[in-house]
Amino acid sequence: MSPTLTDASPVLTDITGRADGVDVLERGRSIAQTYGIPLAVLLEMTHRCPLQCGYCSNPVQMERAGNELTTDEWKKILTELAQIGVLQVHFSGGEPTVRKDLAELIRHATDAGLYTNLITSAVLFTRDKLAELADAGLAHIQISFQANDATLANRIGGFKNGHARKLEAAKWARELGLPLTVNAVMHRQNLHELPEMIDLAVALDADRMEVANVQYYGWALKNRTALMPTEAQVDEANRVVEAARERLHGIMEIDYVVPDYYATRPKKCMGGWGRQFFNITPSGKILPCHAAETITDLDFLSVRSNHSIAWIWANSDAFNKYRGTGWMPEPCQSCAFKEVDFGGCRCQAFALTGDAGNTDPACSLSPHHNRVFKTAEVESAEGSNRYLYRNFSGGTLEPDGGYDA
Amino acid sequence: MDGDDIPKTATAPAARRRMTVSEASVPTLPRGARLRYDESRGRWVLLVPERVLAPDDIAIEILKLCDGKRSVGSIADELAAKYTAPREEILLDVIAMLQDLAESGFLVEAAGGPI
Repeated sequence: MSPTLTDASPVLTDITGRADGVDVLERGRSIAQTYGIPLAVLLEMTHRCPLQCGYCSNPVQMERAGNELTTDEWKKILTELAQIGVLQVHFSGGEPTVRKDLAELIRHATDAGLYTNLITSAVLFTRDKLAELADAGLAHIQISFQANDATLANRIGGFKNGHARKLEAAKWARELGLPLTVNAVMHRQNLHELPEMIDLAVALDADRMEVANVQYYGWALKNRTALMPTEAQVDEANRVVEAARERLHGIMEIDYVVPDYYATRPKKCMGGWGRQFFNITPSGKILPCHAAETITDLDFLSVRSNHSIAWIWANSDAFNKYRGTGWMPEPCQSCAFKEVDFGGCRCQAFALTGDAGNTDPACSLSPHHNRVFKTAEVESAEGSNRYLYRNFSGGTLEPDGGYDA
Repeated sequence: MDGDDIPKTATAPAARRRMTVSEASVPTLPRGARLRYDESRGRWVLLVPERVLAPDDIAIEILKLCDGKRSVGSIADELAAKYTAPREEILLDVIAMLQDLAESGFLVEAAGGPI
């Protein structure tokens, strides 16, 4: 799935899409003081995926097929989401196209008035299968690419011939008139191909590109030594994206997620905990972010409980625990930026300091910041390049001689 | 976008399908852009890939007229009559707004419209 959503969750923007988002809503008095229902919701249909990317942000403990929500349960969810004011849904995973009911669910969502995005690896498509989704009302497709070079791409995904299938699927998407976003998750071993990947997206006739540096949750955290970029790579990537945005204005938009281990200020993760985003896991849990289950001391309610989605969003302990600014410790509490970044990322604070209630160590004011920065620097220079491939048996280390792509 | 502004490296089809809005253009929303009324927030929204735009009242009125049948010129005629405002001024505003949308890929030339 796409780790990009970490800070790209949709918010209302002005007509040109340039003004910052929730402000537009919060200026309107109707729901200003409350946390209104998010505009978009991420639906993780399954954790099953033919690819084995070590950068995946899914939890290491994945949900088995037997626990997945049924078709009827998803339909009920889609109807409920539309009724409470959600406008867009992202069908994601895992790989959403492994679900045989995907077209049926897209049709149900479309009939309910929802705008449907599909976030996919695109390695399981035939042209007919994609056409079926388009006919069902699919509004937009986002296809991930692991690299520009096929051998490297297939090695990163741990899937033979995957890159060629993606190229074909992207072509079909455009033939079917589907708007296309190319998603590129970048890390130490593919950042050198960023200029070629941008060219690839342009050549594929993409409307948008998401260039997302890996965020370290779930599998990605386990793979951090193989993924962590050097500071020089990050600086170069920033330059490449800046230049490409200038050059491609009016042709292809580029959303860019920066890596925060080298940052001095933390990211405004999810736009603030429980503020504008939630996702639904394969078994029906409602989470404030798709990595939230990595915070093991929080209890997340499920749609299979006797609570409505709106109730869980508004009232559950897990959502309210880190909402707003009241929960913040120092240095956040007295910080002038506390409503700018909302203390950064709770999952990262938990993963790196053991307490989700701490300041995100990506912030230079965190007492843990220097250690984190040092770790990143060392791993980027000395870390092994071998991936731990994502699977249901706890991961498989890439063979010594490299994956046979 | 003025044709001369397109960088030499931008040779992808995306560049070619971006429309240049003129008085003769017949604009319409592409598959990926959907205009709808959001009941729960009491406002019109334009839904586009992974984003929700909140156009102002004027923009909404213009977008509703982008039906793939009316030309930009006739949209300006209608608005000028409705608001008894100078047509030339309105035409320039309409073109500027629609060009912005077109450059984001949220507006296209209707089939059969001028190239």
